[in-house]
This record gives sequence, C-alpha cells and structure tokens, in this order.
Amino acid sequence: MGIRFILMVNKQGQTRLAQYYEWLTLEERRALEGEIVRKCLARTEQQCSFVEHRNYKIVYRRYASLFFLVGVDNDENELAILEFIHLLVETMDRHFGNVCELDIMFHLEKAHFMLEEMVMNGCVVETSKSNILAPIQLMDKTS
Amino acid sequence: MEQLKTIGRELAMGSQGGFGQSKEFLDLVKSIGEARSKAEEDRIVLSEIETLKRRIVEPDIPRRKMKEYIIRLVYVEMLGHDASFGYIHAVKMTHNDNLLLKRTGYLAVTLFLNEDHDLIILIVNTIQKDLKSDNYLIVCAALNVVCKLINEETIPAVLPQVVELLGHSKEAVRKKAIMALHRFYQKSPSSVSHLVSNFRKRLCDNDPGVMGATLCPLFDLITIDVNSYKDLVVSFVSILKQIAERRLPKSYDYHQMPAPFIQIKLLKILALLGSGDKQASEHMYTVVGDIFRKCDSSSNIGNAVLYECISCVSAIYPNAKLLEAAADVIARFLKSDSHNLKYMGIDALGRLIKLSPEVAEQHQLAVIDCLEDPDDTLKRKTFELLYKMTKSSNVEVIVDRMIDYMININDNHYKTEIASRCVELAEQFAPSNHWFIQTMNRVFEHAGDLVKSKVAHNLMRLIAEGFGEEDDTADSQLRSSAVESYLRIIGEPKLPSLFLQVICWVLGEYGTADGKFSASYVTGKLCDVADAYSNDEIVKSYAVTALMKLFVFEIAAGRKVDILPECQSLIEELSASHSTDLQQRVYELQAIIGLDAHAVECILPSDASCEDIEIDKNLSFLNDYVQQSLEKGAQPYIPESERSGMLDISNFRSQDQHEASTHGLRFEAYELPKPSVPSRTTPVSLASSTELVPVPEPSYHREVQQAATVPSSSDTGSSEVKLRLDGVQKKWGRPTYSSSAASTSNSSSQNTVYEVTPVDGSSNVNSKAREASYDLKKTQVEISPEKQKLAASLFGGTSKSERRASSTGHKVPKGSSHVLKSTAGSTTDVLVEKTTPVQPPPDLLDLGEPTLKDGPSSVDPFKQLEELLDPTQLGSSANPGIVGSTSAPDIMQLYSDKPASGQSGGFMYPSSSNRSDDNLVSGLANATTDSAHNITAAAHPSQFSKGPNLKDSLEKDALVRQMGVTPSSQNPNLFKDLLG
Repeated sequence: MGIRFILMVNKQGQTRLAQYYEWLTLEERRALEGEIVRKCLARTEQQCSFVEHRNYKIVYRRYASLFFLVGVDNDENELAILEFIHLLVETMDRHFGNVCELDIMFHLEKAHFMLEEMVMNGCVVETSKSNILAPIQLMDKTS
Repeated sequence: MEQLKTIGRELAMGSQGGFGQSKEFLDLVKSIGEARSKAEEDRIVLSEIETLKRRIVEPDIPRRKMKEYIIRLVYVEMLGHDASFGYIHAVKMTHNDNLLLKRTGYLAVTLFLNEDHDLIILIVNTIQKDLKSDNYLIVCAALNVVCKLINEETIPAVLPQVVELLGHSKEAVRKKAIMALHRFYQKSPSSVSHLVSNFRKRLCDNDPGVMGATLCPLFDLITIDVNSYKDLVVSFVSILKQIAERRLPKSYDYHQMPAPFIQIKLLKILALLGSGDKQASEHMYTVVGDIFRKCDSSSNIGNAVLYECISCVSAIYPNAKLLEAAADVIARFLKSDSHNLKYMGIDALGRLIKLSPEVAEQHQLAVIDCLEDPDDTLKRKTFELLYKMTKSSNVEVIVDRMIDYMININDNHYKTEIASRCVELAEQFAPSNHWFIQTMNRVFEHAGDLVKSKVAHNLMRLIAEGFGEEDDTADSQLRSSAVESYLRIIGEPKLPSLFLQVICWVLGEYGTADGKFSASYVTGKLCDVADAYSNDEIVKSYAVTALMKLFVFEIAAGRKVDILPECQSLIEELSASHSTDLQQRVYELQAIIGLDAHAVECILPSDASCEDIEIDKNLSFLNDYVQQSLEKGAQPYIPESERSGMLDISNFRSQDQHEASTHGLRFEAYELPKPSVPSRTTPVSLASSTELVPVPEPSYHREVQQAATVPSSSDTGSSEVKLRLDGVQKKWGRPTYSSSAASTSNSSSQNTVYEVTPVDGSSNVNSKAREASYDLKKTQVEISPEKQKLAASLFGGTSKSERRASSTGHKVPKGSSHVLKSTAGSTTDVLVEKTTPVQPPPDLLDLGEPTLKDGPSSVDPFKQLEELLDPTQLGSSANPGIVGSTSAPDIMQLYSDKPASGQSGGFMYPSSSNRSDDNLVSGLANATTDSAHNITAAAHPSQFSKGPNLKDSLEKDALVRQMGVTPSSQNPNLFKDLLG
C-alpha cells in the first residue's frame, strides 16, 4: 500500500493536519499520534530521518516548527519519501507564498486538497506541481 | 496609535476576513495555535464542540458559513475529539452544487467516515450523480471519494461509470479513474478481474501523469502474478529510458532530476519482473546502467533513485558491471556523514550481499561504526544486515552483540523480534553445545517473557534429542552442560516464567543423569523455585513433575529416596492447593513414591521423553462399554461439529425431528426475525438520519430504474443497509485488447507524445561542503584495535579485507573528486553563474536576506513588532544585498540561522532560543538546490523578495495582525516560513 498516513505536527506535539490511508478509530489515531510524535521529537538532527515503529516506518522531516511525518510500509524507499515531503512543502509554498504553519491552519482544506491530488490509495500519483495545483487554482477562481 | 490602525483595518475589511473566513474561525485557529498545552487545547476544542452543536442546527445557515462549520468539525476530530454530531451536515454539504463546498463536504466525509459507516448510503447517490457531471473538477472530487469510501458492496454501483471515465478527455479524470479501479482491485480483486487490461491500456496514455499513476496498480498486479506481465518489460524499459533522457514535461522534474518518483516506481516494477529471469533482466541492464551514470549523487532525490537502482540490480539476474556500480554507490553511502545515507547504504548492502558476499568485507569498519552509533535506527538496520550475513564463523560475535543490544531496549515489539532472531541464528549456526546453551540462557534471562513458548519447546526438544548426530556422548555433554548452567542460574532473582519451565523440565529429566549432582541437591533447588515463584502455577507444576521424576529415577536406581524437609512441606502445601492440576500432580507424586522399582520404571522410564507413545485416538477399548450403554437406552454420541449445526434451525429439523420434541425446547423462538417486526425498532440514529437528510424520495425511484436500487432503511428492517445491485455488474463485455500490440504501440506513441526537453545545463549545482569530508574518512586514519578485532571476527581476516577495501578505494575518489571540484567552485561561483531558475522561484528567496539587520540574537521584539505594524516597513526591510554575506564561511549555516522574512513569514523572531531550531533544511542534500535558488533570488531582491503574489501576502499579513495573531504572542513559530 505504501503510505499509511501523513501527519503534520508542530514542535509542541499538536496535530496540524492528519490524513490516514487506512481506517483507524479516533482513539487509535490519538494513541498513534501521541506515540510516534514523542518518538520523533526526541531525536536529534544528526540522527536518521527514519524511525521504525511496530511493523512500519516513519519518515519525518522538520520545517521550522512543523514536523511532517509519513508512515510507510517497510519496503518503501525512505529517501524518496523524504523528498516527497519536500515536494509537498514546495508545492504548498508555491501556492501560499512563504508558507508557514498558520497558512496550513487557516487553509486546512486546501492543504488536504493538495494531498488528495498527490496521494491516492496510499500511492504517490502526481508529482508535477502545476498538475497538483491546477484544480485548486481553478476552484479558487470559480468560487 | 497602533490600536487605531488596527481598528481602521478591521473596519475596512468588514466582518469578513481576508481569507473569506469569519472572525470566529480566525479566533479559533488563533487560540488553537497559541495553546500551550494539550489540556488547554482540549479545553478550547470542548467549548468549540458546544458552540458548534448549537450553531450547526440553526435554520438558514449561509452556505459559506456552513463550510466553515464543517472545517471546524474537521479540527475537532483532528485534535482527537468526537465530532459525530456533525457528520450528517458534512454529508449534506456533498449535495451542494458549488464546487468548493461540494469538495469540502467530500473531504470532510472521507476524514470522518469509514467505508462501512451507515451514512455512506446517503453519499453513494451523490457520487453517482457527480461522476456524470459535465464539470471535470466535480468528477475528480467524486473519484477521490470513490477511492476512500466505496466498499466491496457498493463497487458495482459506481463501477460502470468509473470504467467509462477511463476514456475521459481530461487527463486528471483518467488518472483518478485508474486509481479508483486500483482501489476496487485492492478491496475486491474479483470485482474488477475482467477489467485489469485497462491498466495495461492506460500505461500507454498520452499523459505522463496517467501513465505514472497506472504504475501503482500494475505494481500490485505484478507483485501477485509476475508471469502474466513479462510482455510489458520492454514497455517499462522504454518508458524508463525516455524519462532518463528527459523527454517528459519539465514540470515533472524535481531538483533537476527527471520525474524521479516515476523512475523509482519503474525500477521497483523492473526488480519484480527481472527477478530470476535472465531474459527479462537482459533488457534492463542498459537503462539501469544509464541511470546509475546519470543520477546526481549530490542530492537526496538522486540518491533515492540510486538506492532503487541497487535494489533493482540485486533483485534481477546478476550482471557484473551493474553489481560493481552498485557496490560503488554503497561505498559512497556508507562513507557519507549523513546518517540517512548510511542507513540506505546498510540497507543496500544487505540486499547486495546475497549476490556478492565479499562486498561486505570492504565495508567492515563502516558497518561497525554504524553498529556502535548512538542512533537507534541506524543500529537496528545494522543488526538486520548482520543477521543476513551470519555464518558459523561469525555467529558468536553477532549473536553476542545482538543480545547485548537486546538487553537495553524497551520496545517490546522489537525486543521480541531480535530475541527470536538470536534464537534462530543460534539454532542454525551454533558452533558448540556449550555456547548454544549459554546463548539460550541469556536470551531467556533477558527477554524470557517475550520469547514465544514454541522457542522454549524447541529448546527442550533439542536438549532431549541432541543435535541429531548419532554421537551419544555429545548429546549427554550437551545435557550436562545445560544442567550445570541451570543449577547455577536457578538461584538468580526474577527469572522469566518460560525460562523456569525449561529449567525445571531439564533438571527433572537430566538433573541426576550424569551423577555429578545428588538428587537431594537438585530437588532442593527445585523446591526453592517453587517457593520463590509461588504465584506462578505453571512453574510450580513443572517443578512438582520434575521432583517426581527425580524421585522415580532414584527409586529405579535402587537408591533410597531422601525427601528433604522443605520438599515435604511443599508437597503438603500443594496438596491443598486451589489448583486441581497442582493437587493432582502432588497426589500422583505421593502415590508413585510408594511404589517399587519395577513399577516406577514402567511409569516414568529414564530418558524416554523422545520415545513415541502410541495413542489409540479412537478409544476403541471403550467400544464394549459404549455398546452396553446404548443397549441400555443411552443417547448416541453426537460429534461436536454436528452439534454446532443444531443452531441452524432448518438444518436441525431435517436432521433429527423427533429429538427436538424429546428435549422439550422450543426452537421456534429463535427463528430469524420477520422483516415487519423489527422495522419498529430500527436504530434511532438511522431513523433520525433519514429525517435530517432531505434526500427527496423521487431520486431514489429514479435510481431504481437505472439499475442500482437503494431501498430506504425503513423497509429493509435490518440495521445493515445494503444496496441491491444485482444485474449491474455484467453490463459491459470484456474489452478486446492484445497485449503485444500494446507494448509496441506504447513506445511509438510515447515517442511522439513526450516532448524533448533540453537538459538543464546548470543541473550540477553543488555547494555541499560535507561531501568533501568523506574523502578524508576513506583513509580510515584512526582505527582502534578493538574495532579491528571486531571487524576481523565479523568479516574474517582484516588483512584480506583491507586489500579489498583499497582496491575499491581508488574507484570511490573518482566520484568524490568530481564532487569536490564542484564544491571548489564555491558559493560565489554559484552565485554568479547560476542562471535564472527554471520555474518562478518560490519565495524561499527572501531568505537571502542577510543577517545584517536581524543577525544579532538580541533583537528587541517590541521594536520589531512596531515595524510589523507599519506596512511600509515591509519593503524597506528587504535585502540589504546578499553579496556581502557570502563572506560567511558556511553558506548553509547562514541560511539556517538567518530569519526568514517577507509578509507574514517575515515576522519570525530570530530569538536566541529558537536559533537552534531554525536549521530548516537540516543539511539534507537537496538543500543545495534550495540554497541555489535562494542565492539567485537574493541577486534580484527587489523583484522576488515578496514571492509571486505580493498582494496576497500583504493582505494575509494585514489580516493576521488584525486578528491579533502576532509573533509577540505565545507562538511565534506559527509564522515561520516552512521553507525558510
């Protein structure tokens, strides 16, 4: 399946965006987020950006105060996921202009729309920034 | 004064915020953003829930307002609280005609509901309608939801439309339709088994996006059935070749690599197809070799592709040249300072050693470095590698290390895994019995409760049966050494239960077998165990049985049984135990002790645990008794399997009608409920949901005519609402499609379609200083003798391996010197020579702002705040000129420390406490390209300093300040540029 979930969490461990590609109940999500955020936040910058957790891996990357965490299956290419995160941030940056945590908070649905374009069924399906943003910009124009 | 300004701005903006959002929403976001603790956040969300519960049911809520409520609901759930009270409103919003509202509604339902939720039934209709929409954006939105919320039962309701959309004129629709089909395949392969040829067809789509997406389902299909897709090897190779030659649109480039994510997916597929297939592999050698050569090894994404190449090369039929290239890349990864690359290197090494075990020896010291690294992730990966390369010559060192590591980890999941690996390796490669027993003892001692009981049983069997050789003396040595070590360990405190069971069993069976220890000594120890672990009944029963065996062997050997006083009291105590099992064992023990030597030898023969015991499973010796009872009128025995069948009423009746009457039970009461009765008791939620959603009845009827029948919940009577979709599935025929034709047409069509885009000449930007350092490292200046020793024991002989290391050593620098050269070009070169970026540079560019102004960490936040409040300052604060700053020794350092600027992002405070956190790009390789962008931008500060949409950002800034969300408040991080 590839990607199991994508989380954006800030330095204080507060969730800013959560998208799961397999169904988890509210309690399960809460527990999982608490567990992995604690794990990732405790790591130093010199350490790997990958953490093994139960039977999958978390690839994470930090931008300013915001952590992007992606849970992936064990056979996924970690470096590629790391760059996928960066692509996501670059895409958001192109749309929002100097994207910051607050942009994501104010435009939660747009951040989700971008993810919907990029990832389906836990697979990366679109990596061209213009293709990702086209429907969102069209939507902005019409409404 | 400032207040006046704020008020003025507020008036100017009216009640609507600049984002089209109300003040209420902005306040909510602001307070969540500023919450300092989870408790505070929870409090905010709880009061938000109360507000929403009241507001959302108000009549005549404007559509935009409703959208905002839905987003607020999403917040509530995201922050871990239940928002189910509002689900129905999200469902209602999906019915809206406005695209933005519809898509928001769809988004919310995918976040709130799972595919089996009761409300899905209310969405299926809308989805069906939207799939037919003229507006392709609406079709796309519906397809997104199809991927998330359609379950096995509802697939037929949308399948025909999805299939139709595969030929839609818009590539975005075709792409999502393919993914919807992929989803159906994941959910229920049989539902789309007649449609898989569509995946092959879409592989040849004119649009690279559709082609790229199609690789996802194809990967899944090929994983399951490689042989049916061998004909596509040529197509995949040709696509990969075109991508590598940069014939895809430029927008797929990422950090100067052509469509790297598609390349990776293709390499994964090739690895599957070429595995164990020489012919298929031969098609791939050239293109994989090309990619090895073309990859930019200085960027993360280049290394990601290289890693995938190694995975591919080690999966397909081996090719000496490619293996060599792979080994070179691995060498570079392992010598890198980046932990991420080291991790990938260790992983790649684990893949490659299957083909060329000698590669590992070149890197022994690097591997040991990783093993001793404090980074746990790296360590684990290294242990995985060691596990793969274990052989009898190095098993002792590796397993010892593994156990040492195991002792210190807390993660039970991983501890279990590594414990079972230790056991596996020890069983497979144990050099001596003694070592094996010692190793197992350590594993049990430290991870006892996590070890599967099967492992314990294996160990007992192994000790009983020996290693399978016919050498009896070796077996008895094994047993003696086990007994000896167990008698030593048994006194230690807090041993795991499983381990004690093994100890008790072995001591009972072999405790006195070699005559080294007296029966009274061993029994004394066993009594101590039973005392010390008085809560563990299993251990106690093992101990009692062991005692019994020891006594019996004494009697059989003609010696006098000497029962110790503590043993006697234990027996007495246990004979009154609450556990009947324990009681029985003790009574048996007492009874057997009283028997003579001959009798006991029959009951418990010495060393007979491996003898087969014949069991009469049919209990044929009871036949006479059963026959007699039946003659006396007893009921015949009904096997359990048939008894469970009695629950099924009809089955029961036909089978044995008269018995029902003799039982006198009334089975009628359990008959399946009649549809009419429970309709009264339809779950409240369902009933209310139908009320709340004003889905007009007629629309259902229309659907009925169309094929998909949606019975309203009230007349099905069952709480499980299902679609009746019979007759829908087989509407279309199997598409006629010849695969061989596809592969040829594919390459030709793509040749024409993918534009030839020029190779970006400036692709080789590299300002990575750290690349230089591995050159130094290669010389391995200081190698401690212990490390060398460890290396020797792991890899066998340093001298040999060092020779190997040096032989490849001359290859590596070739790559690195190239890197160095470009590094030598230094930052100023980049600054001057870097041409304008290919795409409009993202506004990272402000980052070019030097530290002149904000540099000192002691910036007065209030002063800054004043500046922020004056929009004119924005412009003036920009870019005193980057060129001066290039004198800074480390350009990366400069970027990470300097505060980002420009619109809202510009408010970030470089306070010293934040400073350490500000290293946004964290030295990852792709930072190089970013910094290149930054520099370029800095060269034209006036043009780009505010990013592409200056007006927007100014608005954003003004609005945010209006809301009072300023960096001086509790969470300045909110404003920090993510890409800063």
